[in-house]
Amino acid sequence: MDNSDIAIKISHLYKTFKLPHEKHGTLKSAIINFGKRGYEIQEVLKDFNLDIKKGEFIGILGRNGSGKSTLLKTLSGIYTPSQGSVDIYGKLVPFIELGVGFNPELSGRDNVYLNGALLGFSRKEVGNMYDDIVDFAELEEFMDQKLKNYSSGMQVRLAFSIAVRANTDILVLDEVLAVGDEAFQRKCYDYFDKIKQEGKTVVLVSHAMAAVERFCTRAIVIEEGKIIFDGDPKSASDTYRRLNFESTESSSKKSNKGRKLSKVDQTGVCSIIGLTTIDSDGIEKVLYKPRENIIVRCRIKVNKIVDNLHVFLTLNNPGGLILTAFDKTLSEAKVRAIKPGQELIVEWTLSGVYNDGKYLVSATVSDAVSYSEYSRLIEGYEFDVVGWDMPNILIHPKEEYSMKVIG
Amino acid sequence: MITYLSKENKALFSELVRTDFKLRYQGSVLGYTWSLLRPLLLFVILYVVFVYFLKIGKGIDHYPVYLLLGIVIWNFFSEMTMQSLGSIVGRADLIRKVRIPRWLIVFSSSMSATINFGLSLVVVFVFMIVNQVPLTIGVLMLPVYFVMIYVFALGLSLFLAAAYVKFRDIRYIWEVILQAGFYATPIIYPLQLINNPLVEKIILMNPLAQAIQGSRYYLITHETLTTYNMWNGAWYVILPSLFVLAMFLGGIMYFKSQSKYFAENI
Repeated sequence: MDNSDIAIKISHLYKTFKLPHEKHGTLKSAIINFGKRGYEIQEVLKDFNLDIKKGEFIGILGRNGSGKSTLLKTLSGIYTPSQGSVDIYGKLVPFIELGVGFNPELSGRDNVYLNGALLGFSRKEVGNMYDDIVDFAELEEFMDQKLKNYSSGMQVRLAFSIAVRANTDILVLDEVLAVGDEAFQRKCYDYFDKIKQEGKTVVLVSHAMAAVERFCTRAIVIEEGKIIFDGDPKSASDTYRRLNFESTESSSKKSNKGRKLSKVDQTGVCSIIGLTTIDSDGIEKVLYKPRENIIVRCRIKVNKIVDNLHVFLTLNNPGGLILTAFDKTLSEAKVRAIKPGQELIVEWTLSGVYNDGKYLVSATVSDAVSYSEYSRLIEGYEFDVVGWDMPNILIHPKEEYSMKVIG
Repeated sequence: MITYLSKENKALFSELVRTDFKLRYQGSVLGYTWSLLRPLLLFVILYVVFVYFLKIGKGIDHYPVYLLLGIVIWNFFSEMTMQSLGSIVGRADLIRKVRIPRWLIVFSSSMSATINFGLSLVVVFVFMIVNQVPLTIGVLMLPVYFVMIYVFALGLSLFLAAAYVKFRDIRYIWEVILQAGFYATPIIYPLQLINNPLVEKIILMNPLAQAIQGSRYYLITHETLTTYNMWNGAWYVILPSLFVLAMFLGGIMYFKSQSKYFAENI
């Protein structure tokens, strides 16, 4: 077979994780439990095969825990395959996250050089493009300040400005659209257009189906470590929607408590242990009347001392459109350090302006500075609003009006 | 070998070293001066206690310089291993999210201790001039010992950094070992003080003891017991060097076997 037009070749890839029941964090527990290690083998990818051609813009869709992050990390060379092989033809740069390696104690300038080096640029090369990077990020007057004094939006802008410089054949992007405001998303889209025109190979993981449908030339849907759909992006996102819908339906039939909980990052810093909505009386509900306040309640269990966290809650409709978001850090909320074992409860009151329909709540907890994610629960709870009986309207803001007849 | 020294790796290496060095004394008024002040202050304490009050090292020429050189070399070793030990875990964000050679992190973290060592050696030479220690051709032997310590410490660093990902106890264990090693190595006391040839011989099996005594021999005074003259040039004088080599290769091998799984274990 001719491989010359292949960019990534994954054959019979298996990735399993050994999850000890009790993590041997200390030597003592390792010695005591020696020989009777209770491992749980978690097979994330099973006999996974995929060929990605040069110049393809491929979207990967899948629910949480379906194995897409593991796939991404394995083909980026961060994880080692348990079995099988991943062959990369060309230079690959992964963006599992924007601004990896950013150090809050360093100035913006130093961070540009460090981040540039992580992308394989020499100091001189970064120096040559430095002005363009700063221009693009619109941060001229802040470059000598420490990164910790930047707002989160500024950090993302800076990280993105460096990332777009990456000179590579294959790009692996994980949820880059999940951060940032609308202006940032537009910049992302422009960039996608550009790399698509340049004929680069792109692997994109995103929950933003609109982006997948717009840019991808091909999309796959993964479920339980296997490809269940491979083809055109439109049909892929339909498959994915159906998958989500089915699972939501079956779980909401079983109980009213939304969906299964928490994907915890391996840092184990904290995990989301509850995501529900309650009404003003504190009663958990899945059905709300018009104008009734909806209080999103997120419980976060803290396992390590944290002095700051970033809590990001969103409300979206089944089409993936984000209607509103809650975006706060502990320091903004004047909450002091949290000790291991304590729980943080975030309550976010949504006024009852939303029209009839189904709504989904997602939560992400990350480091307040680096934005590295600790725990995430996408579309972890759903509820309905019924009673407006006014189709084709998105929201009903509180309004005042007058009608007068003069003359 | 080509890929180890690729342009990308070199650029990343120098950037990581720069970052380490910049962050080191972040927010301290004296900044880099601390690199020199710390060994000097330790030297003053040990000098007052052991030389001034306990009168150790009386019969030895230029004992203050002799003492300082020992402290500086030991500091290099302990600083480098302690810093490298936490280097992989400290860079967890990189390990989990980008694909860079893992050894580069340990290697770059070893550099800031090496730079400090270089600065401290300048102080040693200033002390030598003040104490009017004559400089001989033997000074050319010093790089041999320094490379030996570096290679030994690097092997240990690789081992410790990889083990620390899995077992967080390693840090405390290593702190204790360093503490014990400080006294098991002839740093504050001249080896002659022990007065027991067998114990002296065993102490000199330690590569650090060999390097410290050797450096003193060639730089300061020939009245220093070295591994070579203590063992009368028998074949086993190469044992410390073999330990160094074994530690280095063992460290590399262990690191290599573990580094594949850093991203998932960290």
